[in-house]
Amino acid sequence: MGFFLAKDGVNAVLERWRDDYLIYAPVRMAGGGPYSDTDSIQYGQIHRVEEIVYDQKSRYSFKEILLPLSQTLFFFTEDQIKEAEELKKGAIIFLRSCDLHAVKRLDQVYLQNGFEDYYYQRLRKRVKFVLMGCQKAFENCFCVDMQTNIIDTYDASLEENGDGYVMDNHCAEWESLLSKYSLRQLDVRPSHVTETNVHVEIPPGVSIDVAKSKMWDEYDGRCINCGRCNFVCPTCTCFTMQDIFYTDNGKVGERRRVAASCMVDGYTDVAGGGSYRKKNGERMRFKVLHKVYDFKKRFGYHMCVGCGRCDDICPEYISFSHCINKLGSAVKEVDGNDA
Amino acid sequence: MTHNEYKPFLAEIKDVIKHTDKEYTFRLTYEGAVKPGQFFEVSIPKYGEAPISVCGINDGTVDLTIRRVGKVTNEIFAHRAGDRLFLRGPYGNGFDVGSYKNKELVIVAGGTGFSPVRGVVEYFARHTQDIKGLTLIVGFKTPADILFREDFAVWKDKMQLILTVDQAEEGSSYQVGLVTDYIPKLSLKNAETAEAIVVGPPVMIHFTTLALLKAGFREENIWVSMERKMCCGIGKCGHCKVNDTYICLDGPVFNFTKSRELID
Repeated sequence: MGFFLAKDGVNAVLERWRDDYLIYAPVRMAGGGPYSDTDSIQYGQIHRVEEIVYDQKSRYSFKEILLPLSQTLFFFTEDQIKEAEELKKGAIIFLRSCDLHAVKRLDQVYLQNGFEDYYYQRLRKRVKFVLMGCQKAFENCFCVDMQTNIIDTYDASLEENGDGYVMDNHCAEWESLLSKYSLRQLDVRPSHVTETNVHVEIPPGVSIDVAKSKMWDEYDGRCINCGRCNFVCPTCTCFTMQDIFYTDNGKVGERRRVAASCMVDGYTDVAGGGSYRKKNGERMRFKVLHKVYDFKKRFGYHMCVGCGRCDDICPEYISFSHCINKLGSAVKEVDGNDA
Repeated sequence: MTHNEYKPFLAEIKDVIKHTDKEYTFRLTYEGAVKPGQFFEVSIPKYGEAPISVCGINDGTVDLTIRRVGKVTNEIFAHRAGDRLFLRGPYGNGFDVGSYKNKELVIVAGGTGFSPVRGVVEYFARHTQDIKGLTLIVGFKTPADILFREDFAVWKDKMQLILTVDQAEEGSSYQVGLVTDYIPKLSLKNAETAEAIVVGPPVMIHFTTLALLKAGFREENIWVSMERKMCCGIGKCGHCKVNDTYICLDGPVFNFTKSRELID
């Protein structure tokens, strides 16, 4: 059911939601940008709808709520292992269509690839998603080509409309609350973009053979393996297990998992000094093929959701979308080698 | 409620067998199903976890051969019989011993790469009637690096055992040469139906499989066990992924027809 709410109505709803949930949305971190006097748009807790940034893309994605950059799994005291407690409240996450498509990818890896992940699952089942309709595409977005521009698996949607807000609700338990605080009911279809400036074409016939292409050599020189592309990506899920002990009491410590990047040194290191994919071009190839080839081979759909955050963040101006568009000629190049 | 697979359990060290200064086998209590070639995540709280393959399976215990190469393994080496370590697992597919029954089997291993396949050798050393012929080629860097000397002494009558070192001082009684040198000289009834297992560093696996193919082995009869950084062991952390394959879930044992397509 759809609703029209005044700003006060939305804020009243948020206040009620906060009884049971922490509410996360893209917010403006003043002065937090990469250059002086620039802001960063990233996820934070909100209390009021005015705090949500709709007119810019968030630099980092929602994923750090489901998969914190550093997450404590256990506390150690002498011989005791104590599991880290879960949050007392659930979470409501405001996010765009591409990011909600990314949730499906996170679920795939954390709930359906091998064992269900205990920590992910216990939070995931208490999370609800509110879709932020996109009225225009941002720089570097290519969701339309990745078919992630539309989605209907949200719990609710919310966007500004004229002098108020419109909301589509799929969540039965919210129905009476929204009826109470809305001005009227109406039919709501969340906005979505149908055209982006950037286009990608994933050629048919991509296979691991494309690893032999010379196209990857360029990245040996240009990429500085900083891993920013992985950390902003809403679908990158890798982590490293890490134990620490407290410096003021060595008998007490934690086991954590911290976000990891397949672009950064050390990712493939094995005991005794061996490692794989030493060149940055090889790492780029590994990442790109995961996003637009081998994830699909394993799970049936592409991993990349076309948010373009990797292109936004790269300090070396490496474009992931350009790289995808070079795959076509790389496929021809390696086919030619074999002939 | 989902089971917390990350939560380790305690296992008591029943025995520590010292092979070299850097390589010990820890015999740990473990009741439960486990196959050769599977691995456990061994951990010491506050130091971390390390994936270690099962090198022996006994009644109520498993043997884990550990090389001292880093923070976690250094700490493990400070432990003695009677102490306890944390484990989780076993993970991975492991070797299916049954698939080699009544066949000729050649096992080629390099260094600590022998650990994951040791359980297979031990099984057929105990059940010689289950196999048509077993050849074991094991290579170490130098005589000082040789592990499982006691095993080889027992096994030499039960199989064709070739123990070789890459280099040795002059006058040494050890055979000197790479494991690949011995493959053309294998005496097999029928290379086309024989099975082979190859475990070791990537370069060794590469050249050994080439030599086996040249000797007439069929691709689908060659098996390899791959070493990667299995950080979580359960298909989540991504470190061991190669192409669309998670070594920890789909491996670490692969048929060569699959492993040859795994490009790091």
